[in-house]
Amino acid sequence: MADYPKNVIQVPTYNLFREQDAGKLPVLDVRNLGIDFGGLTAVDSFNITIGPTEIAGLIGPNGAGKTTIFNLLTGVYQPTRGSVLVNGIDIKGMPVHKVNKLGIARTFQNIRLFSEMTALDNVKVGMHNEIKCSFIASLLRLPSYYRAEAAANMKAMELLDFMGLGDVADKKAGSLPYGVQRRLEIVRALATNPSIILLDEPAAGMNPSETAELMHQIRRIRDTFHIAIFLIEHDMNLVMNVCETIAVVNYGKIICKGTPEQVRQNPAVIEAYLGKEDND
Amino acid sequence: MKKLLKNKTVLANARIYLLVTLGFVVMFFMNNAGMLSSSWKGYLVPICVYISLAVSLNLLVGICGELSLGHAGFMGIGAFTGIVIAALLKGKVESDFLRLLIAMVGGGILSGILGFLIGIPVLRLRGDYLAIVTLAFGEIMKNIIGNLYAGTDNNGFHMAVTTTKMALGDGGKYIINGPMGATGVQKLATFPMGFLLVLFTLFVVLNLVNSKEGRAIKAVRDNRIAAESVGINVTAFRMKAFVVSAVLAGMAGALFGLNYSSITASKFNFNTSINILVFVVMGGMGNILGSVISATVLYVLPEAMRSLEDYRLILYAVVLILVMLFTWSPKVKEKVAIVSDKFSRMFKKKEVETNG
Repeated sequence: MADYPKNVIQVPTYNLFREQDAGKLPVLDVRNLGIDFGGLTAVDSFNITIGPTEIAGLIGPNGAGKTTIFNLLTGVYQPTRGSVLVNGIDIKGMPVHKVNKLGIARTFQNIRLFSEMTALDNVKVGMHNEIKCSFIASLLRLPSYYRAEAAANMKAMELLDFMGLGDVADKKAGSLPYGVQRRLEIVRALATNPSIILLDEPAAGMNPSETAELMHQIRRIRDTFHIAIFLIEHDMNLVMNVCETIAVVNYGKIICKGTPEQVRQNPAVIEAYLGKEDND
Repeated sequence: MKKLLKNKTVLANARIYLLVTLGFVVMFFMNNAGMLSSSWKGYLVPICVYISLAVSLNLLVGICGELSLGHAGFMGIGAFTGIVIAALLKGKVESDFLRLLIAMVGGGILSGILGFLIGIPVLRLRGDYLAIVTLAFGEIMKNIIGNLYAGTDNNGFHMAVTTTKMALGDGGKYIINGPMGATGVQKLATFPMGFLLVLFTLFVVLNLVNSKEGRAIKAVRDNRIAAESVGINVTAFRMKAFVVSAVLAGMAGALFGLNYSSITASKFNFNTSINILVFVVMGGMGNILGSVISATVLYVLPEAMRSLEDYRLILYAVVLILVMLFTWSPKVKEKVAIVSDKFSRMFKKKEVETNG
């Protein structure tokens, strides 16, 4: 295990805080998380602490349990063991929509946009809990409805422009090119005002230039919104360049945590990816 | 561009209201001028009722994406509630119009409450399972109403669900007489009220669709998991759509019930539910204007073909198949797109001219 800054309050020594986040409450604090499906242990003793403005990565071979971990963090699965604290609050037993309200938003490996709705409406759905306009007000089209809608439109357009999607605001989400859909999902996640967003393979299916653009955008999201980002990705170029800390999982267990350099040199990681060297 | 987006929906909605109002005005004056045959006069209120039913079911099936086969059940609840309320208020409320209005609101409210209660267990299900359970609900409602007795005697109002006839005391008068249904109903329904009902239904559904709630409902339809992940309480929004749809169906049912001097529970059976669903499917899922048009045409069509006797249902089926085939054909779609494009260009030109 890599040892990394220890000058952090409250959290145990397994943390991976960036120095700038030291002393602050972690936005995501996962302790001893595990889940069994029947007799199969998919994730076991998964620990991670993510600081308020950290970009963390989660890598591992196919089937290592990365997406399962994301599903545990967002309340889609209820863990068999351990706990997940989002902004200090345990998400145990909460339905998915309540977990989101605590400040955790996500994108999906297989894109899940509202394909029959426009890009703008997709973002406005993300802003659902922010738009304060009662059922009656929108039914009767009271002035408060128009005010809320105008404000929502403005913010949604700003968010779309931020990711360079302003031109496709009135296009159906399902008709957009793949890379654009991926970015739209990120915008929708941002629209929920999260304090951390989980990106599940954001660069999947993107060409190198799109990936380079995405790397730039991921950093820009962190620097603009001051939020943490936790991403799963197979593109090592992206992971090594963007992430400040990386956790490597295999067979549902963390095998290494540390900075990109530490991970790159770790023998356990090399073994997980390339197999064991034969010494006969 | 934002303005354009907003104008688009406003324009589309205005078109629906305009069409409905135009239809009403034409029929109203033709009716007053005595240009309508007696059978056509009889179609007016049911057309309004079926438009409301189709639009409210479209909210559930097309916009929320939940297949419900029990819409006639809510219609039946509304109808018999409306009949009872109208009968009880006789002599207490002078104005027929007001009495009808109260009956419709009452029918809507009771239907909505039942929709909520049924929604609690039913909305745990999805897709085919939901369809089956709502089908069962419709049949249960039909059978309960079929065994419902309600009446007044000197001691006041009595109501019971029994298989044996409920006895009434001195001065007894049945409002709902079990399997014989409601007889001697005062026909309160009027065409203008039907028009108001259609307007109200459109107002509720269109405003709902183009609001925060409507977006959430559509999001749940498009991708439930994603909707949850952005903080939408999926169950709550399915419930909202279900209850709103039930209330509107109840109100339409009350108007329907008060349009005939006698009516039995068997009218609100599975066939009626399917008919309403056919209106929705033909008009296009989620297409409100489509529902309005298809409900009108498909209601009038079999009625107008009554002179063909037994052949009319065969013809009706053939028409349904042809419509389905044609609207799905890519070639026809292309042509429709060209025509609508031309129309919208004409509109835009006019707009530019008036603006300039």
